[in-house]
Amino acid sequence: MSGRTGGRWAAVAAAVCAMAAALAVLPPSAPDAAGSRAGATAAASAARQSAVRAPATCTDPEASLRPSTADGPAVQRIKNRGRLIAGVDQNSYRWGYRDPATRELSGFDIDLVRAVAKAVLGDPDKVTFLAIPTNQRIPALEKGKVDIIARTMTINCDRIRQVAFSTAYFEAGQQVLAPKGSPVTAFDDSLKGKKVCTAKGSTGESELRSESHGATVLTVPNQLDCLVRLQLGRVDAVITDSALAAGQAAQDPSVRLVGKPFTTESYGVAMNLGDQDLVRRVNAVLEDYRRGGAESPWMVAYRKWLAADLKGITAPPEPKYKD
Amino acid sequence: MSQPQPDPGTRRTAWREGLDRLKASATTEPGRLRIIGAVLAALLVAFGAVTAWQVADRAAASDAVVDHSQPLSADAADIYRSLADADTAAAGGFLAGGQEPRAVRERYEKDIALASALLVKAAANTEGSHGAERQIALLNAQLPVYTGLVESARANNRQGLPLGGAYLRHAGDRMREDLLPAARALYEAETGRLGDDYDDAESWPWAALAAGVLALGALGWAQRRDYRRTNRVFNQGLLAATAACAVVLLWLVTGHALARAGLTTSYEHGAKSLRVLNEARIASLQARGDESLTLVARGAVLTPEGNDAYESSYRTGMGRLVGAGAKDTPASGAPAPDSLLGRASALADGDGGREPLVKAVEDVRQWQQRHREARAADDGGYYERALPKVIGEKDSTGESFDRVDRELGQALAHEQGEFRSAADDGRGALTGLAAGAAVLAVLGAAAAVLGIGRRLSEYR
Repeated sequence: MSGRTGGRWAAVAAAVCAMAAALAVLPPSAPDAAGSRAGATAAASAARQSAVRAPATCTDPEASLRPSTADGPAVQRIKNRGRLIAGVDQNSYRWGYRDPATRELSGFDIDLVRAVAKAVLGDPDKVTFLAIPTNQRIPALEKGKVDIIARTMTINCDRIRQVAFSTAYFEAGQQVLAPKGSPVTAFDDSLKGKKVCTAKGSTGESELRSESHGATVLTVPNQLDCLVRLQLGRVDAVITDSALAAGQAAQDPSVRLVGKPFTTESYGVAMNLGDQDLVRRVNAVLEDYRRGGAESPWMVAYRKWLAADLKGITAPPEPKYKD
Repeated sequence: MSQPQPDPGTRRTAWREGLDRLKASATTEPGRLRIIGAVLAALLVAFGAVTAWQVADRAAASDAVVDHSQPLSADAADIYRSLADADTAAAGGFLAGGQEPRAVRERYEKDIALASALLVKAAANTEGSHGAERQIALLNAQLPVYTGLVESARANNRQGLPLGGAYLRHAGDRMREDLLPAARALYEAETGRLGDDYDDAESWPWAALAAGVLALGALGWAQRRDYRRTNRVFNQGLLAATAACAVVLLWLVTGHALARAGLTTSYEHGAKSLRVLNEARIASLQARGDESLTLVARGAVLTPEGNDAYESSYRTGMGRLVGAGAKDTPASGAPAPDSLLGRASALADGDGGREPLVKAVEDVRQWQQRHREARAADDGGYYERALPKVIGEKDSTGESFDRVDRELGQALAHEQGEFRSAADDGRGALTGLAAGAAVLAVLGAAAAVLGIGRRLSEYR
């Protein structure tokens, strides 16, 4: 009797052990991926309202980890692979876009990625560039599809819970783009009765929803579609962030940025939360990138890509560290 | 026999007088015979007239099918196809950028020219069709807008500006949201008119058939009456009239049945196949356009689920064309029975119809395989390897698509021929029927009058 009971208990224990082992061995990717995607959409909607209700614990999302050039597991992974995998945009003129003539990717973000590749792998061309759509930036990092994302990505309190950011490498803000000679002069009552275009789901859309200044709003799938509508005379002004607006102004000499940016957004290079050594390494690259005053690689890239349409920047943003 | 004299003292109207005479004559055998003769002649002439009229009507309707509404429906299909083809060529040329091959540019220009020419022709032929008129007006207004957007896209692209891609996507949206739905509605309107002409040509001439049966019955009754009164079995005149009447009736039934069969065949094997094949060709053109736009847009437009809008549209188009395969196993082999190519294959008859479709299915499968390779390369960050797999001369999806397009064009030409020959056979069955019926009916009426006259002469 006791022997049989003991045997039964042994069987139950064995089954529990087997289940535990199976759970430990099973790749967590499937449920995780689903969970993180849901999280990403939730975060995306939350991000739009982040300005209103930033959590008390997050006061300085731009503060990053101190730079270091010591190799950790993430840097080693990239070195073993021999290539850096970077998620970029291919449609943002002057930031990350593919020139239809040369079929080469170029822009401010692309130069930055090449600088990281040169520092880590010794060769700026050892990069695989993946076109990552806006809403896939966080999932791509969480799934390990890319090592870094350099894609005009704004650092904010909601995102730093999901991904790690480098120090800020650019400061931008929502701004108005209008034809030269237009009565629209800023994000103010000069928009009254005008038609304004902005990208669907963008910060511009939520800003306009909370304060439209009497303008009617047209939303389009991509910010560049706004310039098409502006050229066709369907809208009077475009609202997008100053960095992308500069890219639009660069494509049409008859439009310009007007007024001051009415929000502040800092762009950072995003990485997986676990890749701390890579974050430090990228911050080290950024330190070098900023160094050198007017001849620093940062200022050279600024003058090359952005200065013509985004005037008045004299230095890169100061880095902030949390440790 | 003497006629009863009307009372001279009363004033009567001519009508009243005639009626009284008829009443009076009906009481005598010769009078009755005269009435019977007149009625028989009238019935036969009426039969001939109704037959000639209804047959001419049906012949005109089947002429309209072959010479008017089917060509107009085919033209509308060509407008629809050339617009979709122009959009596909514009996207393909755009992808090639500064090295846009001359053939692609010429294809685009030819498509636009053909669509414009056919729109003018359609406008001249849409008398009274309000729906078609509205679509033609819309197409005429939107086509220049579309070509303007394509040229803006091209100019910006040549400057190396990504704005060109945005213009191309906007042009593509105008094509999909305004032009193609209008072209499709025009095609539906013209095809609806074709259906109406079919119905008119195929409807049974009931009035003529009824008149024929009535005339035949009356002739039978008159002969039976004759036999009872005289014990003579045959009256040659009435017999000849009966024969003429029977011949017309038989000719009418077989002629119409043959015409109907021919037209039904032309519909089943021609018009119906043509419709499915046209849809299949449009679906393949749109899938090709989506494939190019995926590389142009590079993730700029997403579906609400977060997938690339053009890649998902490509998959939807391929699903319509050959049916969606199971999720991870690539579809292969025969198309799904409810897909466009599946339905076209089921409708195709003869080797001439089936062969191009078998090849088209094979080439679609190859296209899908190459598309997967191109997507894998692009998604893996190798745009420069993906591009030649899509627009290259050899071993590209473009090569597969061109073959599919050519084979569907061959299948369409075959079905057009099938339609024409079946419809011509049907039309031929009605040849001479209207005139023959009229002549025979008049001869029959004359024979009936002569036959009755012979009997009448016996009373003199």
